[in-house]
Amino acid sequence: MKYNSITAIVAGLVVASTSAFAGEDSVLSIDGQEFITQAAAPAHMENVDTIYSGWVFRTDETQALEMDDFDNPSFVFVEQAEELFETVDGSAGKACVSCHESPEVFAGLRAKMPRVNDDGELETLPELINGCRTERMGAEAWKWSGGQMSGMLALVGLQSRGDIVDVAIDGAAAPFFEKGKELYYKRVGQLDMSCANCHEDNYGNMIRADHLSQGQINGFPTYRLKNTKLNTIHGRFKGCMKNIRATPFKEGGDEFKALELYVASRSNGLMVETPSVRN
Amino acid sequence: MTFTRRETLAVGGAALAVAALPAKLMASTADLIAGVTGGAAASSDGIELTAPEIAENGNTVPIAVSAPGAVAITLLAGGNPTPGVATFNFGSGSAEQSASTRIRLAGTQDVIAVAKMADGSFVAAAQTVKVTIGGCGG
Amino acid sequence: MAKGVKPRVKVPKKADAGEAITIKTLISHKMESGQRKDSDGNRIPRSIINRFTCAFNGTSIIDVTLEPAISTNPYFQFEAVVPEAGEFHFTWYDDDGSVYETKKAVKVA
Repeated sequence: MKYNSITAIVAGLVVASTSAFAGEDSVLSIDGQEFITQAAAPAHMENVDTIYSGWVFRTDETQALEMDDFDNPSFVFVEQAEELFETVDGSAGKACVSCHESPEVFAGLRAKMPRVNDDGELETLPELINGCRTERMGAEAWKWSGGQMSGMLALVGLQSRGDIVDVAIDGAAAPFFEKGKELYYKRVGQLDMSCANCHEDNYGNMIRADHLSQGQINGFPTYRLKNTKLNTIHGRFKGCMKNIRATPFKEGGDEFKALELYVASRSNGLMVETPSVRN
Repeated sequence: MTFTRRETLAVGGAALAVAALPAKLMASTADLIAGVTGGAAASSDGIELTAPEIAENGNTVPIAVSAPGAVAITLLAGGNPTPGVATFNFGSGSAEQSASTRIRLAGTQDVIAVAKMADGSFVAAAQTVKVTIGGCGG
Repeated sequence: MAKGVKPRVKVPKKADAGEAITIKTLISHKMESGQRKDSDGNRIPRSIINRFTCAFNGTSIIDVTLEPAISTNPYFQFEAVVPEAGEFHFTWYDDDGSVYETKKAVKVA
């Protein structure tokens, strides 16, 4: 009984659109480069035919902010990360630049993350960064979604901007993919909702005055107008879970890492837009 | 599925949740303009205010204002806790009396621009910006 | 000095004498409005950038008074004349007394 009424209340918030499919006419072009913001859904997605970048769902004004690397407020944080890249930190007396000639050596990396390493562990970008810091620099790990980490993720992600997202879901990645998929479709929280309820069943519809996207993460970390800072993938997962009044999983924990792999694979075929601008 | 907000909202307009502020708490647009002009009348010619019809998020709303020949342009937001937003004073090196910025709007309200011209006269423009309440954490 | 405050400006490197150019500026600053309350219910005091100026070779281009309604990471775009080669000087004034500055030189063709 309770389940049904809560679902009904939530359903009442989501306004179904009865119009026919309307094409997306704006083109995302950043400093002259055109971006693919719509693609055929990857084969593993059973219920979705076309995948769309979150950019497509935003207002004209918000879309414009991503189209210029100065108007995009992310870049002041990217510049701060460039300085951090060259700053010595930790007992080993090293900076990132001591081993990595420049951020450009990371071209192509973010398009394939997260990935399974040779030890069979699923690794994400923040873990690669903190691994370097703690094991090779003798420095303290950065907070998963803090300002330094999100800036560095934006800088590293930027090196893959324009690359097609290509996250492996087979072989060693398969068990993590299955776990992430299970989490994506599992209803949780006081509002008893799953990621799919909004992002697969209702993308394109309005939830109150929010224009629901497909929940793609190809543009993360993203600068959100709502909190005027860079937001990380696990940071957003945590926020989403709080919004449906569920106890969030831990950032950097097994659940969110598996979920990250699954959600990232739902954008295979779109382009990396890091660092993007969203609402 | 539609993707432009305008089309989707047209269909589901009734359910649109708009953050409306109680009318009596909002300073009137006319009063705010008079506050800048000292009571003098302000014409509406020669000033252009660009603001979105619907702000995607009230925390960061892009605004532009332009008034050729102005000495200064004052931006106000009638429904904010305090109405002042910014004043742009143009120096002799300015090429155009225009400026763009991003502002915070507490709820649906008028954004007002009042320009003081070189001859001491005033021109003003106002536009209602709808500030919406999102479904997922605002 | 407020933490992590970093200015960023976009100015063309070259211009024709007398040309009008577009300048964009941004500074990473929280712009604490004075409206927010902390977890104990106490008001967090206002702490914002309250003034931004831009001058070229000593001539004022724009002088902006900012109120708390300017968004976090204040952004301004405006037009300036480049009469001759020289330097743009940008200054931001913080409520806490700090002053942030940056300069950008422009060559004239």
